[in-house]
Amino acid sequence: MLYRENGQFKSTYRADQQIFPIRQDRWFILALLVAAFVLVPAWATEYWLQAILIPFLILSLAAIGLNVLVGYCGQISIGSGAFMAVGAYAAWNFGVRLDLPLLAQILLGGVFAMLAGVAFGVPSLRIRGLYLAVTTLAAQFFMDWAFLRIPYFTNYSSSGNVSVPELAFFGLPVVTPAQKYLFVLCFVVVFGLLAKNLVRGAIGRQWMAIRDMDVAAAVIGIRPVYAKLTAFAVSSFIIGVAGALWAYVHLGSWEPLAFDLNRSLQLLFIIIIGGLGSIIGSFFGAAFMVLVPVLLTNVPRVLGLSLPVDLAAHIEHMVFGFLIVFFLIAEPHGLARLWSIAKEKLRIWPFPH
Amino acid sequence: MGFFLETVIGGLMSGMLYALVALGFVLIFKASGVFNFAQGAMVLIAALAMARLSGWIDGWLGGQSPWLSNLLAFALSAAFMWLIAVLVERLVLRHLVNQEATTLLMATIGISYFLDGIGQILFGSSVYSINVGMPKDPWFVLGNWFEGGVLVSLEDLTAAIVAAVLVAVLAFFFQVTPVGRALRAVADDHQAAQSVGIPLNRIWVVVWTVAGLVALVTGIVWGSKFGVQFTLSTAALRALPVVILGGLTSVPGAIVGGLIIGVGEKVSEVYLGPFVGGGIEIWFAYMLSLVFLLFRPQGLFGEKIIDRV
Repeated sequence: MLYRENGQFKSTYRADQQIFPIRQDRWFILALLVAAFVLVPAWATEYWLQAILIPFLILSLAAIGLNVLVGYCGQISIGSGAFMAVGAYAAWNFGVRLDLPLLAQILLGGVFAMLAGVAFGVPSLRIRGLYLAVTTLAAQFFMDWAFLRIPYFTNYSSSGNVSVPELAFFGLPVVTPAQKYLFVLCFVVVFGLLAKNLVRGAIGRQWMAIRDMDVAAAVIGIRPVYAKLTAFAVSSFIIGVAGALWAYVHLGSWEPLAFDLNRSLQLLFIIIIGGLGSIIGSFFGAAFMVLVPVLLTNVPRVLGLSLPVDLAAHIEHMVFGFLIVFFLIAEPHGLARLWSIAKEKLRIWPFPH
Repeated sequence: MGFFLETVIGGLMSGMLYALVALGFVLIFKASGVFNFAQGAMVLIAALAMARLSGWIDGWLGGQSPWLSNLLAFALSAAFMWLIAVLVERLVLRHLVNQEATTLLMATIGISYFLDGIGQILFGSSVYSINVGMPKDPWFVLGNWFEGGVLVSLEDLTAAIVAAVLVAVLAFFFQVTPVGRALRAVADDHQAAQSVGIPLNRIWVVVWTVAGLVALVTGIVWGSKFGVQFTLSTAALRALPVVILGGLTSVPGAIVGGLIIGVGEKVSEVYLGPFVGGGIEIWFAYMLSLVFLLFRPQGLFGEKIIDRV
């Protein structure tokens, strides 16, 4: 009853093409943003901020990046962890060697991830589909090796892992969980909006045309080279920024293992479960990915069972494996599709047609 | 020169092992158009089943006859792989007929996670050993040509022979038997195969069972060389570029690709590795196949992909 667009008339094209055409949606998003910026930092406990909300936000950001590539442009990649690593290490090196401001470090991390992404995206011009999926693993294994074995990248640190000093953003400290949360939230909001606008603009339509059938898209005048490489660039820029945030804000000190193949697969799972080709789906998927392990550790405890750690890890594997297959079969468009079905139903409620 | 030859031979031997894993990938792709990311997990679970079952059966039999317990364990593990094939077909593939190849790839990633988890729950996650009596001693050849001779590991040689036999059997199976013909028909076109009366579901069970058996043999060979543990599953990832290099649809491609990558890895590690910090085995195969694909996107022996709008 509350979610209805009756009486909301559009008299300009601008109004018709805005990001949230339904007034209730705009209110909802506004309320969500206010809650995220004001209520959450005020009320959430340290555990929630540190262990759930910050990873959730950063993984969402990375998933948005991967979704641009896989969901919108159809170039399946199993190497996104590598670009997170490039973002993290590039940012760290700019911090250590040049002592740039934090924002510049993180954005430069994104830029370097973008360069790496474009370099590894070049084969996509010739290699397609499954072959490309496997060759993206080349990026993964090469970066894993490079950050482990080339001492320059870790500034000749003897143990191979690196850590960031205390963060400060234009003089404001980013130290407590609430400050870190707000810092990450700003990035996620800006990049989420940016990605949303990109995918609904001309470039996004080109990506989708390439995804649906690249030969046909080329025939109607879309340049595959431009479309594919921009998708790789945008995607790996966002993933690189997410990687820098993951390393700086979430981990603090890290080693190359933090960005191994499992991270790549995790991101792929997020966008499959959340919904391929959907920005909001990236958030749903990330929430799912962060919450399932928490549930798996807490539910047996509430029931009075104590699971050994390794058994819990194996069960987690099984649950994720099962969910991937389940979603691919039952709802290939993921949680985002369920969300939009729910909204459709609400709009015509109480009449089913 | 002797050392170089030794490196090359070592590379050829490990290349045969890669070829074994790659064969599993190629089989499933050839016969169902599914790129089976779960092959590594299947190798792991098969090897775990074999290692644990032979241990348990040996315990029940009182440890009198290792031959019998190995044989029983092999039969049981094969049955287990068949069960997995049936379940995968029933629960996953049947619902994904005519879906895009990338959807199927992602489904197999899901399957691989599931198998990793359940395998270690069922059989434990420590390091186990398989002992099927593979000879362990090194063997020196060409002693009168080079100083000290060239070292050949008999274990590797056995593995290579097993792989060669397996390939011959499979090639025969694919080319000559009616089931093999049906498999190739299914690979060409699901719908067309169905419409001439080929039971798609049964074919898929056959394919996954064969892939499971290949995984079992691979698992036994790798497992008795390096021990059975979780890394076996990632070892299969090293075999992925082999398939890519050889072409997804080609059995000979898997073999040749395996040999090229095996030799390339060993030689580059020995002669190039010291200059860049070592460990380049990890990515060498991937980079090699990536560069190669730029010139020949369908792989060495793959079929040329023709797009129609």
